Amino acid sequence: MSAPVLEIRDLTVTFTTPLGPLAAVRGIDLDVRAGEMLAVVGESGSGKSVSFLAAMGLLPKTATITGSVLLDGRQLVGASSKELRAVRGQLMSMIFQDPLSALNPVHRVGDQIAEMLQAHQKLSDKAAKARSVDLLEIVGIPQSGDRALQYPHEFSGGMRQRVVIAIAIANSPKVLIADEPTTALDVTVQAQILEVIQKVQKQFGTAVVLITHDLGVVARVCERVNVMYAGRVVERAEIGDIFDAPSHPYTRGLLASLPQAGVERLSPIAGFPPNMLRPPAGCAFRARCPHAVAECGETLPTLRQIGASHSACIRAEEVLTSS
Amino acid sequence: MTDSSKNPPLLSVQGLVKEFHMRSQRGGRRKRVVQAVTNVSFEVARGETLGLVGESGSGKTTVGRCVLRLIEPTSGTVTFEGRDLAHVDVEEMRNLRRKMQIVFQDPYASLDPKMTVGASIAEPLVVQGVPGNHEEKVVSLLELVGLAADHARRFPHEFSGGQRQRIGVARALALDPALIVLDEPVSALDVSIQAGVVNLFADLQARLGMSYVFIAHDLSVVRHIADRVAVMYLGKIMEIGPAEQVYEHPTHPYTKALLSAVPVPNPRVERQRSRIMLEGDVPSPVNPPSGCRFRTRCWKATELCATVEPVLEMRATGQLSACHHPEA
Ligand SMILES: Nc1ncnc2c1ncn2[C@@H]1O[C@H](COP(=O)(O)OP(=O)(O)OP(=O)(O)O)[C@@H](O)[C@H]1O
Ligand SMILES: Nc1ncnc2c1ncn2[C@@H]1O[C@H](COP(=O)(O)OP(=O)(O)OP(=O)(O)O)[C@@H](O)[C@H]1O
Ligand code: SF4
Ligand SMILES: [Mg+2]
Ligand SMILES: [Mg+2]
Repeated sequence: MSAPVLEIRDLTVTFTTPLGPLAAVRGIDLDVRAGEMLAVVGESGSGKSVSFLAAMGLLPKTATITGSVLLDGRQLVGASSKELRAVRGQLMSMIFQDPLSALNPVHRVGDQIAEMLQAHQKLSDKAAKARSVDLLEIVGIPQSGDRALQYPHEFSGGMRQRVVIAIAIANSPKVLIADEPTTALDVTVQAQILEVIQKVQKQFGTAVVLITHDLGVVARVCERVNVMYAGRVVERAEIGDIFDAPSHPYTRGLLASLPQAGVERLSPIAGFPPNMLRPPAGCAFRARCPHAVAECGETLPTLRQIGASHSACIRAEEVLTSS
Repeated sequence: MTDSSKNPPLLSVQGLVKEFHMRSQRGGRRKRVVQAVTNVSFEVARGETLGLVGESGSGKTTVGRCVLRLIEPTSGTVTFEGRDLAHVDVEEMRNLRRKMQIVFQDPYASLDPKMTVGASIAEPLVVQGVPGNHEEKVVSLLELVGLAADHARRFPHEFSGGQRQRIGVARALALDPALIVLDEPVSALDVSIQAGVVNLFADLQARLGMSYVFIAHDLSVVRHIADRVAVMYLGKIMEIGPAEQVYEHPTHPYTKALLSAVPVPNPRVERQRSRIMLEGDVPSPVNPPSGCRFRTRCWKATELCATVEPVLEMRATGQLSACHHPEA
């Protein structure tokens, strides 16, 4: 087991909103190990993006962040914007669903990669240019020399996402955070992009945090999984255990709601996620949970070891043995 | 196809073509013609669900909009309940239109934020001039889609995505349609919420017997709900037939590649599966490839594929596919 390169401890993010404070992330602990492919899944609004935007120092001023984020031993919570700029793109990069938002429409893609290189390394223009062509080649863009001279609008959606990956990995960061990188793409293109991300992980030893809704994608490429619900990590496990022996009722419900061959009727999770302006006391999944008992409303459950996994359910043992 | 001699189909689409004429990007005089849908034919029986799948831009939404005559087809015929929609008078079109409804992907955009939910649901009744007080009907529709009577007085922003999609469905049901085109109806919803809405569609069909054209990116949801599936690529149907056959024994290389690209949420199965990696992206519909439209990405393509356009042919497994070198 390799040591964590990114260590998140008791991270909270609260937004100041006109309707009052919104508790988006409510104390999460999460490790990203060097070179691994880690999945972060969970209900929409559960705090997946916000957690990592906080780590990257990319949240607006309305966000209050507490806790600790250690990247390779450096504390990022409370770091100055100068320090964070030095980290971003150098030690840790983040890519998003919409590649266009990350690209400058009026600059050639090769120049955009070169700019990222020169922001963090002493490189001549010529060397930066040559390196950007290499990077385009690495992410699978054919005729990379010619393509480097083109503008983002001349690329298809899948090709743009490749360019974004090339920029993100230009300085060989230790961690690449990929927030729904294939959600907007067709499945055949998604398969290509996942291959590129896997290649980066394997070839350069980059740890990848893959934030996704798609449990199929998780099954394809990830090794460990963190499941989030209502601003908390509710389950953490190896890929096999998540699918074979989910120990949190939310994870179970999520898996059960997927269409499966031979299953006539789908099983949704009843109800909806809580309003994070007024998070409930105790376990936030309680109102939707088939295993809930009165005690679930008393204290906020924390992750504890259950077999080889970690679950934030006080009834995890019963959950595991129920059919 | 369905046996139309005994039971005429509810909907029959024959040779449907839709072209969009657009000004050239650089402001030149040459017009660009987007061939959004080219020679598409299919039928939908009463009570049946036809799934329409294919990558972005393959023409699924355009087919749906042509069927409902929200846009005029360039050519081809759409026959609904035995009547050719191009040759009905205004009064009859009005009557037929109420029997065909559409539900869109985005539950947020498809409801008027300033209208109560009750008013939104009653709107089609008002527009169609259905007489009387609609309150009772609205309540029964709300209950039909799993919401409560007192939801009628509330506004869309007070509802979650899944609930809003239910409101959209209630609205589509107001006029007792025989056909509903569902265009990506669950794509914007969380997985845990999707399942409930998919169940709702199944329940409504079992109770009311309407037909669906179910358009979606998510092939596993389509497999779950559809009786038959049509796979589109660049404006054409590549393969069409019973869902089980198309999924279990795809005969068109594109169907095969598409299915193999969809990740299966089971790590053991997923990691052992062999995958067909398609090269490149879908070509532009302004200038589609000659012959077979899939040939630029097809690993089986030959000279023949570039020169002769394959037509839909019946395969041993019971579906039609358009390929010179079908999978066995
Ligand atoms: N800038 C912001 N200001 C106020 N609230 C915000 C802001 N950004 C996010 N939130 C809220 O924080 C919570 C967590 O959001 P986040 O984007 O992390 O969810 P997510 O898990 O990434 O969901 P999704 O799967 O939909 O992307 C949500 O309730 C969201 O509405
Ligand atoms: N009003 C329009 N004007 C010009 N082109 C259009 C118009 N509507 C659709 N198209 C084009 O027609 C083609 C088919 O589009 P359509 O929206 O039917 O695809 P789709 O299969 O529904 O895709 P998606 O999965 O992205 O919804 C695309 O190339 C699209 O850009
Ligand atoms: S006709 Fe040719 S190019 Fe088209 S799918 Fe079949 S083998 Fe491939
Ligand atoms: Mg997000
Ligand atoms: Mg569409």
